[in-house]
Amino acid sequence: MEYLNIIFQETYKILFLLIPVLVSVAMIVWLDRRVWAFVQKRQGPNVVGPFGLLQSLADALKYIFKEIIIPASSDKVIFILAPIITMTLALMAWAVIPFSESKVLANINVGILYIFAVSSLGVYGIIMGGWASNSKYPFLGAIRSAAQMVSYEVSIGIIIINVLLCVGSLNLNDIVIAQENMWFIIPLFPMFVIFFISALAETNRPPFDLPEAEAELVAGYQTEYSGMMYAMFWLGEYANILLMCALGSILFLGGWLSPIDIYPFNLIPGAIWLIFKILFLFILFALVKAVVPRYRYDQLMRLGWKIFLPLSLTYVVLTASFLFYFNLLPTI
Amino acid sequence: MIAHAIFFYIFSIIAIISAIMVTVSKNTVHSVFFLILDFISISCLFIMIGAEFLGMIMLIVYVGAVAVLFLFVVMMLNVAQQTNQWFISKESSRHIPVGLLISVIIFFELIIVIGGWKYKPDLFNSENLFIKQEISNTHSLGQVLYTDYIHIFQISGMILLVAMIGAIVLTFRQRKGVKKQSYLKQISRERIEGVEVLEVASNKGVKIDD
Repeated sequence: MEYLNIIFQETYKILFLLIPVLVSVAMIVWLDRRVWAFVQKRQGPNVVGPFGLLQSLADALKYIFKEIIIPASSDKVIFILAPIITMTLALMAWAVIPFSESKVLANINVGILYIFAVSSLGVYGIIMGGWASNSKYPFLGAIRSAAQMVSYEVSIGIIIINVLLCVGSLNLNDIVIAQENMWFIIPLFPMFVIFFISALAETNRPPFDLPEAEAELVAGYQTEYSGMMYAMFWLGEYANILLMCALGSILFLGGWLSPIDIYPFNLIPGAIWLIFKILFLFILFALVKAVVPRYRYDQLMRLGWKIFLPLSLTYVVLTASFLFYFNLLPTI
Repeated sequence: MIAHAIFFYIFSIIAIISAIMVTVSKNTVHSVFFLILDFISISCLFIMIGAEFLGMIMLIVYVGAVAVLFLFVVMMLNVAQQTNQWFISKESSRHIPVGLLISVIIFFELIIVIGGWKYKPDLFNSENLFIKQEISNTHSLGQVLYTDYIHIFQISGMILLVAMIGAIVLTFRQRKGVKKQSYLKQISRERIEGVEVLEVASNKGVKIDD
């Protein structure tokens, strides 16, 4: 009986987190298309509902009623598993995101490592989808994205080490609290820029959307997918983008802290600030999509390994020696 | 504690079954996927005994990087359908003696480890390592690694570096006739050196060097 009670309580908490995340993923897809359209002086989706807000809902309905086609020569189990894994992993990482000091589903000691681990597992959804389709374009897309995601993970990991040097803890709440006096974007601004670009590459966003470059690979690993399974890939991708925005705002923009700690701003709950910061980063993501042309593959690899990796490693040495010299290293 | 035991048995059964499936499954890509499942369930076991840092590092390094490279190699070599399976095919495989040798060595190593444990029961007590109980295990691991075992830690890092450089040296070869882009040259190009105005004589044409 006691166990059942615990299970019910936890399920309630999880639903309370998951449903807003899923709804905001649907909204963010609309926002993405809207921003993209405004940059190109178009209207964007504006027909379904007020300002076209219900466009994603209409799209989802369409996807649900479409037939799911499984290619005859595909590896059926893995073919079906791939979108499920993508979406599950994208939603799993939200468990440790703190929305205020107490509002967090799982306040674990190694929160940042958990997010890093789950996002590094995300590549499997793509590889499995690409391989199981048993077709040339998805396979090429999967191979490309595996190399891309693995190489940009390295630089993201080293950027995270920069932040951890200043904090002295792997807990996400501790990382936010350590920024009470100064957000890490000020001392670590170059790292924030590199993190932002690496996050673009990690989530396969333009200008690094080579895995699904439509001019070369039809739709990359998603080519053979249809109906709800395609929609799940899509949802997982946008949930991952939101997660990267949340991670960026926790690491560099002070998470749920309010920007100025004086009277009227204190009243606004931390969750609202976090949402504002996530939205700000997401609009930057959307603007980059509209502004920058796609990278070539060798340029992408060069940027990751020859520019970002040495730069962030140098910054680790700089940060560590600065903290050591001025005796600012965090104590346990 | 019952829930703890149930989860322990679930994860260990998954780990053992997937480890068996790695060797048994016909498709090599499938066996890499089972290997990944094995890694994941073992990292769950690590987390269950409280070694959360080790569990997460296991996920990041083995599942996030090493297994991706495995998968990469297996997919690129196109050995998805293995023909020579010793329990199916008629002719015997040449890999069996090597595999048997390695497994016998591993078996004896395990016997030595378990024997040492039986001989000296406090061998694996955490008290031997002087770890404070109140700090998280990431901190305590760091304190042990960077003080008592700093030399071993550094040497293992050096070994990895040497292995990496060796692999690069072995596979690196300069190909001739490959055009390389010089980014500096491209960016620093001016209009004056790029464009040239020529007087073209009638019926003669111009020779453009390339």
